[in-house]
Amino acid sequence: MKNENVLIVAVLLLAMTACGGGGQSQADKSKEQAANKTPDPTTLEEAEKNWQSDYGIGPVSSFELPAEVDADLVAKGMEIFDAKCTACHKVDKQFIGPEPKGILTRRTPAWIMNMILNPDEMVQKNHIAKQLLIKFNGSPMANQNLTEEEARAVLEYFRTL
Amino acid sequence: MKIMTTLGFSALLLFAISCGQSNSNDNGGALGGNLADRSYVAPGEHDEFYGFISGGFSGQLAVYGLPSGRLFKVIPVYSVDAEKAYGFNEETKPMLNTSFGEIPWDDSHHPDLSQTNGEIDGRWCFINANNTPRIARISLSTFETEEIIELPNSAGNHSSSFVTENTEYIVAGTRFSVPIPQRDMPIDEYKGNFKGAISFIKVDQESGRFDLSFQLKMPGFDYDLAHPGRGPSHGWMFFSTYNTEESNTLMEVNASQNDKDYIAAINWKKAEELIANGDFETVPSEYAHNVWDESTQMATSTIKKEVKMIDASKYPGLVYFLPTPKSPHGCDVDPTGEYIIGSGKLSASMTAHSFTKMIDAIENEKFDGDAYGIPILNYDDVVAGVVKQAGLGPLHTEFDGRGNGYTTFFISSEVVKWKVGTWEVLDRAPTYYSVGHLMIPGGNSQKPYGKYLVALNKITKDRYLPTGPELAQSAQLYDISGDKMELLLDFPTVGEPHYAAGAPADLIKPNQMKLYQLEENNHPYAVKSEKDTKVTRNGNEVHIYMTTIRSHFAPDNIEGIQVGDEVFWHVTNLEQDYDVPHGISMIGAQTSELLIMPGQTETFKWFPKRVGVWPFYCTDFCSALHQEMQGYIRVSPKGSSVPLKWSLDGE
Repeated sequence: MKNENVLIVAVLLLAMTACGGGGQSQADKSKEQAANKTPDPTTLEEAEKNWQSDYGIGPVSSFELPAEVDADLVAKGMEIFDAKCTACHKVDKQFIGPEPKGILTRRTPAWIMNMILNPDEMVQKNHIAKQLLIKFNGSPMANQNLTEEEARAVLEYFRTL
Repeated sequence: MKIMTTLGFSALLLFAISCGQSNSNDNGGALGGNLADRSYVAPGEHDEFYGFISGGFSGQLAVYGLPSGRLFKVIPVYSVDAEKAYGFNEETKPMLNTSFGEIPWDDSHHPDLSQTNGEIDGRWCFINANNTPRIARISLSTFETEEIIELPNSAGNHSSSFVTENTEYIVAGTRFSVPIPQRDMPIDEYKGNFKGAISFIKVDQESGRFDLSFQLKMPGFDYDLAHPGRGPSHGWMFFSTYNTEESNTLMEVNASQNDKDYIAAINWKKAEELIANGDFETVPSEYAHNVWDESTQMATSTIKKEVKMIDASKYPGLVYFLPTPKSPHGCDVDPTGEYIIGSGKLSASMTAHSFTKMIDAIENEKFDGDAYGIPILNYDDVVAGVVKQAGLGPLHTEFDGRGNGYTTFFISSEVVKWKVGTWEVLDRAPTYYSVGHLMIPGGNSQKPYGKYLVALNKITKDRYLPTGPELAQSAQLYDISGDKMELLLDFPTVGEPHYAAGAPADLIKPNQMKLYQLEENNHPYAVKSEKDTKVTRNGNEVHIYMTTIRSHFAPDNIEGIQVGDEVFWHVTNLEQDYDVPHGISMIGAQTSELLIMPGQTETFKWFPKRVGVWPFYCTDFCSALHQEMQGYIRVSPKGSSVPLKWSLDGE
């Protein structure tokens, strides 16, 4: 009887590991995560508290803007913004989405670029972006498929607003 | 001990099934009965092959996944499609123009894929219009119809569209012979006076653009089906013929008199030489050539006026007739290019001609008379073998690349597998019911992908839930990787499927276009920024330059439109993300909705008939705020003083 029990356990183990490649189960992982985590912010204000260390999720990691504004880059950024962004963003007032004026007092440069370049993942995973999606009634930030250079130019333009 | 054994066995079973492994090669084994597994493609997984299945009287081309049989897209080709605005918007209307004017429908039969060095290459799919003779080219990057060319002097464009080994030509033969040029004459003077036109359409290798290079004027037979030579027989085209009796009435009797009709072997390299030498006549012929321009996102239709024609009776070395029993339908060439199979639909046997023997007979001038100056070869000199009494009503043959042929039998409702070279029957599988064409991916090439076979049936009867008198059309998928063919799946098709073409997904997937770049949109009425949106009036002609982005129209309030105006809505989708089309529909518009891909501009026409304030809205669910994607247009009486005005959010 004891042998049979061992067999059953072995069978179950075999079945469990055969497909998943072993390791931790999903349930274990999420339990661990929950234990280590503070609860998610539920308002934009809460989410924005740590904005200075929030670089967003995407291809751009934290970086410092140079002291001088690059006028050529600004001109290029303005052109791109006009062509690809103005359907939803007005420079100095809320429209479909928030206004970019003054954005560098609310968001880090990396966060801004990641929001432009990787909006789908940002609104799903980044605390600030998630709250913004709620604030703007679920209107998604459209991915306009800018290159990293183009997003950087748009950011430079935002510095002048 | 007995319990333990049972347990051990269940452990093995559990292990075997827990990962969904399918034993696709183990046809006869313990798990071989699990057919569903072998056509099952799990949610989120992709199929191994694309299948392009003709729509028959629907006039379209449907795209399926194989082995799942899932329908992905119906590509509008010859018939209008309100869902995609094809034939309704201003951009695509010219695609359906012909020398007879706009034809909103056709009967599409035989898709074929572009090739390089005798292998399918995933660039384009071609398909014929049987009724008003035309050939279309479909991009396998956008899955849109990019070009349609009409074929003058042809009538019942059935032995079409077949692609040569390097896509040099799309070849298209006429089913009906007719007076060339058309003229008013008694029908019963058909014999000797009616002729059959075979068209060679040159394909530009970069753009894919067509040019009707030349036509051959052939004796007044019916040219039924065709396939190109390949490998050693590259440079030749083979056509089956019936009605070599040249009858013009009660064809089912009068066109079935001769014991043998012909397979016509056409040396098109020779035809190219004749054209280069000026050995042709220029025949006045009116035909439309319709081209879609990706840059302007507009189709244009040009009416052309003449064609180069070679009289096949006049030039030795151009065409030979291979006697073939009896009213052969399918005319199929094996992957090596050596054997040409004629399926005599009124004969119980199939005839395999040898290309080597044919060349030998030609070189030694072993002719058995001629038909209108075209030499007839001796049957015994060219035949390589016969697949005897394999079934009833042989129609079409495909090959698996492993030395086997597969032929459909319409009357006995089956597919028969036989060995190329020995001509012995190896296997047979029933179809449900009355199979016409069949398809093995890469079938018309030197390299078939012989894993699956699709049977395209003419009759469905009891296979599906009934839907009134008109039943679903049907295809069936067989696994042909083993010795025995195994039926895996039934799946319904759009319209009546005739021929089909298939290709490995990996050949097509990497070339997919995801969106149109706004920068490259040169549509004359495109607006690329909301600030450029406007409404203009010239007399009663009004143009609305509008944009869409999730989730609003700009402008969304328009005033100053009058009853009796002719209003063009030019709508540009400003999105630059994959899979974000927008739609627009206007109450009372007698055209259709638009379905606009990211970066694209489309136009529909609207004639306002009633005074009032009328809504329009987005038809393609685009975001959480899709229901809010709407607007109003104010229609005033004719001659009203309400000024032309447009705005979004008051600006």
